[in-house]
Amino acid sequence: MRVAELAYLELSESEVDAYQRHLDSILTYAEKLNELDTTGVEPMAQVAPPGAQAAGTPLREDVELPCRIIGEVLAGAPEATSTHFRVPKVIER
Amino acid sequence: MPSASSSSSGGEWTISSVREALTAKRISARELAGDFLARIEKRNPELNAFLALSPERALAQADRVDALVARKEPLPPLAGLPLAVKDVLSTHGVPTTCSSRILEGYRPAYDATAIERLEQAGAMMLGKTNCDEFAMGGSNENSAYGPVRNPVALDRVPGGSSGGSAAAVAAGLAVAALGTDTGGSIRQPAAFCGIPGMMPTYGRVSRYGLIAFASSLDRIGPFARNVRDIAAILSVMAGRDPLDSTSADVPVADYGAGLDEPVRGMRIGVPTDYFGAGLDPHVKTRIEAGIAALERLGCRRVPLRMPHTDYAVATYYLIATAEASSNLARYDGVRYGVRVPGATLMEMYRKTRGRGFGAEVKRRIMLGTYALSAGYYDAYYLKAQKVRALIAQDFAQAFEQVDAIVTPTSPVPAFRLGERTADPLAMYLADIYTVTGSLAGVPGISVPAGKTPDGLPVGLQIFGPAFGEAQMLRLAHAFEQSGAGI
Repeated sequence: MRVAELAYLELSESEVDAYQRHLDSILTYAEKLNELDTTGVEPMAQVAPPGAQAAGTPLREDVELPCRIIGEVLAGAPEATSTHFRVPKVIER
Repeated sequence: MPSASSSSSGGEWTISSVREALTAKRISARELAGDFLARIEKRNPELNAFLALSPERALAQADRVDALVARKEPLPPLAGLPLAVKDVLSTHGVPTTCSSRILEGYRPAYDATAIERLEQAGAMMLGKTNCDEFAMGGSNENSAYGPVRNPVALDRVPGGSSGGSAAAVAAGLAVAALGTDTGGSIRQPAAFCGIPGMMPTYGRVSRYGLIAFASSLDRIGPFARNVRDIAAILSVMAGRDPLDSTSADVPVADYGAGLDEPVRGMRIGVPTDYFGAGLDPHVKTRIEAGIAALERLGCRRVPLRMPHTDYAVATYYLIATAEASSNLARYDGVRYGVRVPGATLMEMYRKTRGRGFGAEVKRRIMLGTYALSAGYYDAYYLKAQKVRALIAQDFAQAFEQVDAIVTPTSPVPAFRLGERTADPLAMYLADIYTVTGSLAGVPGISVPAGKTPDGLPVGLQIFGPAFGEAQMLRLAHAFEQSGAGI
């Protein structure tokens, strides 16, 4: 299943079978949306708060602040040094 | 208020009764926290509502409250409130799993803003509640740590995804709880467990520290024993937070202040589209009776059409899963939780995600990945965003004519554990009455509207216009006071 590859999910064969059926039935159901003529309708990507349309997304000042939780964050990782997350080798020789 | 004989059940407490008891020194906050923690220990093996307890944190907070009482200082608004928190909200040092294996053992390095604000107002966090994995589901059966049982009927689901929070409050294991609502995950379990539960307007409550499922839909909201407590909690949580750029800079009302004002003359819209095929006849009877009760309070019933309602489930599941596929890309075994080793980085990603996520989460990630993939983006995702605009327009037009919209919360009452797990699409279709308001961004509340002949709670849903929580809560409170929900 190509979608599982795109989503980085390792699936068993029985999982692939079941998901194929489920996705088929859900996507077939979703085709219901084609009953509606949406010509000229602006897609709604976000619920904008009042006044935001004009002002855009409210942004805060970009202020530099110290991060005091790096040690705690790294301590929660499956594998880390005192300054980095560790992952299997990425660059092949 | 329950009778004195239920004094050991925990269900008799409210925010104001806790406050009075503390002020009169009938109980200390430490004793209260201890009572609730003991009650949880006793009841949780059966209900499975809590995944982790945080006694140190609750008792430390209790001591701060008791010190204020001892010094006769004014108590903050939620002083000594025994609170449960859904396990998708980050809590510093306290396990936060999203009911997923992939986050087993994860302890966040910071607190969600909503929790921080409640604790600043005196709430005592007892622990973290079970839910559907990453808040994906409507029955709490998608938790990696087992389902929650409905305290009203133990062979039935509590609803979902915030099933543990709803069950905790309904069983008297907390006086209030936080849930999250993306497509009905507060309102539907509130209905199933027979308590009020509220989804605020999109942007009303900061989501900093909420582990994201679908960012254009996710909201944090309270469960409590009554609407007054819901209003008190919202008043504390609401408001702009610089750490969440989607939190709205809209003034916060004291939502409890106007609750007792009359609702006479309020126009309540009743959309015929919410009363069609699939609505359980017993649920329908209770909702009709609820609307009649509102009319007796002087509200005017206005029949409505909301013609795009029937397209809401398809729209919701395309948008929510697309956003989920993107949000959940971060679980890759690198930064937190569990890693399944692999020879290469790719293999490590695929194994970690394949084994760490449960069945429903994988299904939704794949559905969303598909809807966003090249060649299908326009047909599915973009189309859904356009239909979302039409659904939002249904609401905007309705609120030109009415002050509130009243519907059933769920087409069915709580179903039996295992009864609906075989067919994912059928489960999705039951979200029909809640996903509409989620897509539109408006606030909604479910309030108890009596029981079916089998004794199962029914929830009446009230939608208000964006940032119209005060008025919506006033109507919910009037309905509650009318006795129509008993």
